[in-house]
Amino acid sequence: MKTSSLMKWFASREGLYYLGLAALLVIILPMFLDSFRLNMVGKYLTYAFVAVGLVMCWGKAGILSLGQGIFFGLGGYCMAMFLKLEASTLEATAIQSTPGIPDFMDWNQITELPWFWEPFHSFAFTLFAVIGVPMLLAFIIGLAMFTRRVGGVYFAIITQAIAAILTILIVGQQGFTGGINGITDLQTLKGWDIRSDEARTTLYFICVGMLFLVLFVARFVQDSKLGRILVAMNAQEMRVRFSGYDVAAFKIFVFCLAAAFAGIGGALFTLLVGFMSPSFIGIVASIEMVIFCALGGRLSILGAVYGALLVNVAKSGFSESFPELWPFAMGALFIGVVLAFPNGMAGLYKSYVMPLEDKIFKRNKGEAKPAAPKPTTEKSDDYDPMTGNYSPEKS
Amino acid sequence: MSAANSKDKDFLLAVEGLTVSFDGFKAVDDLSFYLDPKEIRVIIGPNGAGKTTVLDLICGKTKASSGSIKFDGKELTKLKEHQIVHSGVGRKFQTPSVFEDLTVFENLEVSYPKGHSVMGALAFKRDAEVVAAVEEVAKTIFLTDALNKSAASLSHGQKQWLEIGMLLIQKPALLMLDEPVAGMSVAERKKTAELLRVITKDHTVLVIEHDMQFVGDIADRVTVMHQGKVLSEGSIEHVKSDPKVIEVYLGH
Repeated sequence: MKTSSLMKWFASREGLYYLGLAALLVIILPMFLDSFRLNMVGKYLTYAFVAVGLVMCWGKAGILSLGQGIFFGLGGYCMAMFLKLEASTLEATAIQSTPGIPDFMDWNQITELPWFWEPFHSFAFTLFAVIGVPMLLAFIIGLAMFTRRVGGVYFAIITQAIAAILTILIVGQQGFTGGINGITDLQTLKGWDIRSDEARTTLYFICVGMLFLVLFVARFVQDSKLGRILVAMNAQEMRVRFSGYDVAAFKIFVFCLAAAFAGIGGALFTLLVGFMSPSFIGIVASIEMVIFCALGGRLSILGAVYGALLVNVAKSGFSESFPELWPFAMGALFIGVVLAFPNGMAGLYKSYVMPLEDKIFKRNKGEAKPAAPKPTTEKSDDYDPMTGNYSPEKS
Repeated sequence: MSAANSKDKDFLLAVEGLTVSFDGFKAVDDLSFYLDPKEIRVIIGPNGAGKTTVLDLICGKTKASSGSIKFDGKELTKLKEHQIVHSGVGRKFQTPSVFEDLTVFENLEVSYPKGHSVMGALAFKRDAEVVAAVEEVAKTIFLTDALNKSAASLSHGQKQWLEIGMLLIQKPALLMLDEPVAGMSVAERKKTAELLRVITKDHTVLVIEHDMQFVGDIADRVTVMHQGKVLSEGSIEHVKSDPKVIEVYLGH
C-alpha cells in the first residue's frame, strides 16, 4: 500500500476504529494502569488472538471450533518448553539426580531429555513451532474432517473431544509435560528476566504489536476474494463447490489460520503470565474463547478484541467478589447474546451507534466544505468497480 | 445440428449405461443419451423419474453406481465436483442458490473462473477484465442496475437469473438448468425464454422443465424419462404424439 492510500485508509471510518483501539491499548491503558494491571490486560489480549481467529473460522466461514484451546495451548507450551530449558541450567538444577533437565522430569524419574524437547533449545525453532505446530495439527484435523465433509455440530464436537484428549494426555504424561501443574517457574528469555516490571510492560507492548499484525492479516484475508468465498461457503457450500472451488481446501486454510493466531496468543500468554498449564487448553477454556468471540460479535474482527477484553475484565471483577457465580453469569451472557443480539457488541454498535456517527460525521463534513464528495467510508450503495470492496459486514 | 463426422460422431456429452441405486432403488437405470455441441436438450418426465438425479450424476454431486459419462472426451465419473466444473460443466440448482450475504457484483465475481485455488483467491485482483466480464454478464441477465445490491434483496426470478449469470461467467461448454422458470411470473418466464435463447447461441444446454409451452419454445430435442429410463426421445412433436408419453406424463 502506498503512503497516500495508507493515510487515506487511516482517515476512513474503519481506519479510525483501528486507530481508536491502538490509542486505547498503546496510550490510554498504559497511562492509567500499573504494571500489574497492564500485565493482566496483556493476558486478556492474548485471548483476543484466539477470538480473531474464531471470527474468521466461525463467524465468516461458519466452522465452529470448540477446541481453540488446543492451538492456544500448543503455542503456549512451545514457548514454555523453550523457557523451561533455559531455566534448567546445570547450575540451577545441580541438586537434581539428573542435572540439566527440567525439574518436573527429575521428579518423575526421567533421566534424559525426551527427543521432542531437544529442538526447543533453539529460540528460532521455538518461534517457528509456536505457529507451525498448531497449524500442523489444524491441517491434519482439517484434512481428516473437511475432505470427508464432516461439518457443523459434528465438527464442533470432535474439536471439543480433541481438546479433552489433549488435556488428558498432558495431565497423564507428567514426566514429559509437567502434568496438571503445567510448566512453571519460567524466568528468562535469552537472559532477559521476564518477571520484572519493565519486562512485563515491554511484553505488553509486544503483545499489542503482534495483535495488530494479526488484525491486519485477518483484515487482508477478509477483504480478499477468499474472504468473500468463506462468507459464501457459510450459507451456500454447494454453490461454492459447483462454482469450481475445492471447499475443503478453503476450510482447511481458514482453520489453520485460526490455529496460527491462537498459537501466537498462547505463546504470548506464556510470556506474560510466566507459566502454562493444561487448564488453558481444555473444554471450558475453549468454550470461553467462543464466548469472547460471540459477545464481541462473531462477524467483526475488532469486535472480537473488545469481546475478549470485556468478558475477561468482567470475569476478574466478578470472580473476585462472587467466584461461584461467575460460570452462571458467563452462561447467561452467552445465552443472552445468542438469543438477543446474535452479532454481539459489534452488531449493536453497527445498528445503534453507527447511525449516530453518520449524522455527526455528515453534518460536520457538510459545514466544513459543502461541496465535499461523499465520504469514502460510507457504505454507500454506489459500487466503484475498481476499488469498491463493499462487503456487508465490515467493522 | 452441428457438423458430425460420418462415423464417429463428436458428441459433447455421451452418457452410457448410467445407473445409480439408493439402497437397492434404481433412481437412474441403465440410461444412455447423447448431446451434440450447441444443442438444447430438455428432459421432461413425471415426478420421481430421475431427472434431477441425472444432473446430479453429471455434475458429480451424486456418484454413479455404474456407467460412464464422457464430456468432451473426458470421463467425468472419476472427477471431483470442482474438477468437473473446471472441465466446463455448469449446474444450476432447482431452488435459487445465490450468495445472499454478497452483492450481485460479488456473486458474479466469485464465480469468475480465475483464482480458484486458496492462494489464487488470496491474490485475486478485481481488474478491468473481471469488471468487464461481470458487467457483460449482468447485462445479459437483466441485472445491470442491481450490481451493487445485496443478492438477498432480489426477487425470486432475479435470483434465478443471477444464478444463471454465475454459470455464464464461468464460460462452461455445457449448462445444466434444473427447472429455470419454476415459480416465475408470466413476464419473468418470457424474459427467461429470451435469456435462454441468447445463451444457447454459444452453449450446449441441458434443461429440466415441466412447462410444456416453455419446452416447445426452446428445445431442439426432448428426452422423456420415466422410472429412471428413457421413455422416448426426439422432437417436441414426436414426443408429444408418442402414446407412451401421453400415457405416463402428458395425460389426456
